Amino acid sequence: MTMVANLPDKMLVPQPAVVVGRTQESPSIFTLKLRLEDGVAQASFRHSLGQFNMLYLPGVGEVPISIMSDPEDQQAIGHTIRAVGRVTNRLAELQIGDRIGLRGPFGRGWPIENMKGRDVVVITGGLGCAPVVAVIHYILRRRTDYGHLTIIQGVKKAEDLIWREQYAQWNTHPDTHVMVAADEGGPLWPWHVGRVTDLFGRIPMQPDKAMAVMCGPEGMMVVSARMLAEHGMPEENMFLSMERNMHCAVGHCGHCQFGGAFICKDGPVFSWPQVKGLIAHRGF
Amino acid sequence: MNLPLGTPRFLGFHKLHELFGELQFRGYRCMGPAIENDAIVFRELASAKELPRGVQAEQSPRQFRLTRDPRNRYFAWANGPQAIKPFAFAPRESLWQVQRDQEGALKFEPLAPQPAKTAIIGVRACDLAGLALQDAHFLKPPYPDPNYEIHRKSLFLVAVQCAEPAATCFCASTGDGPTPQSGFDLSLAELPDGFVISAGSEAGTEVLAALKLEEATPKQVQEAKEQGEAAAQKQSRSLPGRDLRPVLMNNLEHAHWDYVAARCLSCGNCTAVCPTCFCHAELDEPNKVTGESLHVRQWDSCFNEGHAYIHGHNVRPDTRTRYRQWLTHKLASWHDQYGRSGCVGCGRCIAWCPAGIDLTEEIAALGVNA
Repeated sequence: MTMVANLPDKMLVPQPAVVVGRTQESPSIFTLKLRLEDGVAQASFRHSLGQFNMLYLPGVGEVPISIMSDPEDQQAIGHTIRAVGRVTNRLAELQIGDRIGLRGPFGRGWPIENMKGRDVVVITGGLGCAPVVAVIHYILRRRTDYGHLTIIQGVKKAEDLIWREQYAQWNTHPDTHVMVAADEGGPLWPWHVGRVTDLFGRIPMQPDKAMAVMCGPEGMMVVSARMLAEHGMPEENMFLSMERNMHCAVGHCGHCQFGGAFICKDGPVFSWPQVKGLIAHRGF
Repeated sequence: MNLPLGTPRFLGFHKLHELFGELQFRGYRCMGPAIENDAIVFRELASAKELPRGVQAEQSPRQFRLTRDPRNRYFAWANGPQAIKPFAFAPRESLWQVQRDQEGALKFEPLAPQPAKTAIIGVRACDLAGLALQDAHFLKPPYPDPNYEIHRKSLFLVAVQCAEPAATCFCASTGDGPTPQSGFDLSLAELPDGFVISAGSEAGTEVLAALKLEEATPKQVQEAKEQGEAAAQKQSRSLPGRDLRPVLMNNLEHAHWDYVAARCLSCGNCTAVCPTCFCHAELDEPNKVTGESLHVRQWDSCFNEGHAYIHGHNVRPDTRTRYRQWLTHKLASWHDQYGRSGCVGCGRCIAWCPAGIDLTEEIAALGVNA
C-alpha cells in the first residue's frame, strides 16, 4: 500500500474568494468575477481553458462551474452561471464585496494549443454554454493564431437565443462566421430558420485539419459529431465538454462516472472517440 | 528471534487470549465478530472469551441465518453484512468547517479524524481484497483522501482463512480467497485445536515475535493449505470470467436489464454491504446559532434518485439504468479505473438483497442470446 503524506490541500478545502465584479447577462444568467483573498494564492492561480472550479456558499453547498476568464488574466477568475438550482439560485444573489469559497481548478480542458493555425468549429446548443464561450473569447483575442472560426448554435425558438448582440458582434470579426438556426424564427430573426444540421454543409473549413469544440445537450453533440464526420472531419479532432453530478471534483465521490471515466478529473473535456461508445446510451 | 515474514507459527486455542492481550498492550482496541440482531458484526471485544464460538452463517439469496457449527470453531461464519469498509471509509464524517466573522470574512478549517488504533480480528480474504480496491481509489495521487488515509493507518488487520464458505460466496472465482494472500498484518488458519498464524507486515511480525509461539509443523501448514483448497472447491457460485467487459458493454440494451429492473427495489442494500462501493455525497450542515457550517460526507448509492441528478434532469431516472450502472461499473468499468473487477466475490449483495437478486445469475443471463 502506498501512503502519501496527507496535507489538507487547497483542492480539497475551499479558499475564501471575494466577488469583485458582477454582470447580469440575461434574466437567469450572470457572470461573477472572483478574486482569492489570499494574494499569493490569487497570483499563483493558473487554469487552462475548459477547466472548472467548485464554488461554495457556506451552509448551502458546492457546485462545479466552468471557468470563463482568460487563462492569462491573473487579476480575477470569471464564472458565467445560470441560476437553475439550489446553490446557483443563491449564487445569483451575490453582490460585489461578498465572500464565497473556491476550490480548483479541476479537470482537463480544451486542447487549445493544438488548435493553433487550424479552422475551429464551435458547436453549442440549448441556451448556450460557458465552456465554449470561453474558447470563442480566447480565439478572438488571438485572432491571427487561428484559422476560420465558425460558431454554430441551434435553438428551438428565436427568443431562446440569449446574447443576440454578442452573436452579432462575434460575426463582425475577421474570418469568423456565426451560424444560428432556430426551428421557429421570429420578427427580425437574421439567422437560419430550420434544423441546425442544415448548416453543416456551409462551414468554411479544411475538414481534415479543422477541429471542433462542442458543449450542450448530448443528443445535439452526438448528431453534430456524426455530421462533422460526414463532412470529413477526423473524429479525433472533435472535442466536447461533458456534464454530470459532481460533489468532490477529485474523482472520489463517484457521481460523475461515465463508464470508466471520472468526468471531474478525466474530463470535463473529452475527445469524441473517448465518449462515443457510451454517449448514445441513455443512462450513463 | 525474529522470524522472517511469512514463517508460520502455531497459536493454540488456549493462547488465543494472548493475541488479544498483546494487541491491547500495543495500544490497539480489538474489534472482532459479535452477534447483533441475529447477524455477525464487528464490535469491540475485551478478550478472546467474547468471540462467538461455534457460529455459522447460512446464506442464500435474501437470507442470512446464524446456525450452530458442529465443529464449534471460532471463525466458521463466512462473513456478516458489513465488511471492514466502515473502518477506513467512514459512513459519515466531517471534512471541513467554515465560519463567517462579523465582517463577512470566511475561515475554512479542515477537520481531521482521530481514530483509535484498531485491530480487526476476523478479516476475510474478500474484505482484504475490497480494502485494497478502496486504497487504490482513495489514496491515488494526485489527491489522496486525507481522512481515509488517517483511518486506514490506524488499522491492524488480523485475517482469517475461510474454511466454511457460505452458499453465496464466490471468492475463488474472483481470485480473492478463501485463503488470505496479502494485505494483512497477521493471518490465521483455524485447525481443530488452534491456528496456523503468519505475519504479512512488519507490524504483524513484531506481534508474532512477541507471542513467542512454536513454529507450525509441516503437517499443520499442509492441513491449513488443504482446508483452503477444499473451501474453494465447496463454493457453488462463480462469475463466468475475470474480465466481463465484453459481456456487459456489448449488451447495454439487452432485454435482461428490464427483467432485473422489474425485481430490483432500488434500495441500495447491495451498495451498502459491498466492500468496494465508494460513492459518497457531500452536504452542508449549517448551525444557525454559531453561524458555522460543517461540510460532511456520507455514503451514497447509485441506486438513490439524486445520484445522477443534474440541474433539472436525472441522467438515470429509472431502476433499469441504475442497476445497469451498478453492475457495469462493478464488473466492467472498474477494470478501466483500477485494472481489475470491482467484485471480490463476498456474495453480500446476494444475501442482503431483499429481492434476492443474484449478480452471478444476472451476468450469466446477460451472456446468453447476446
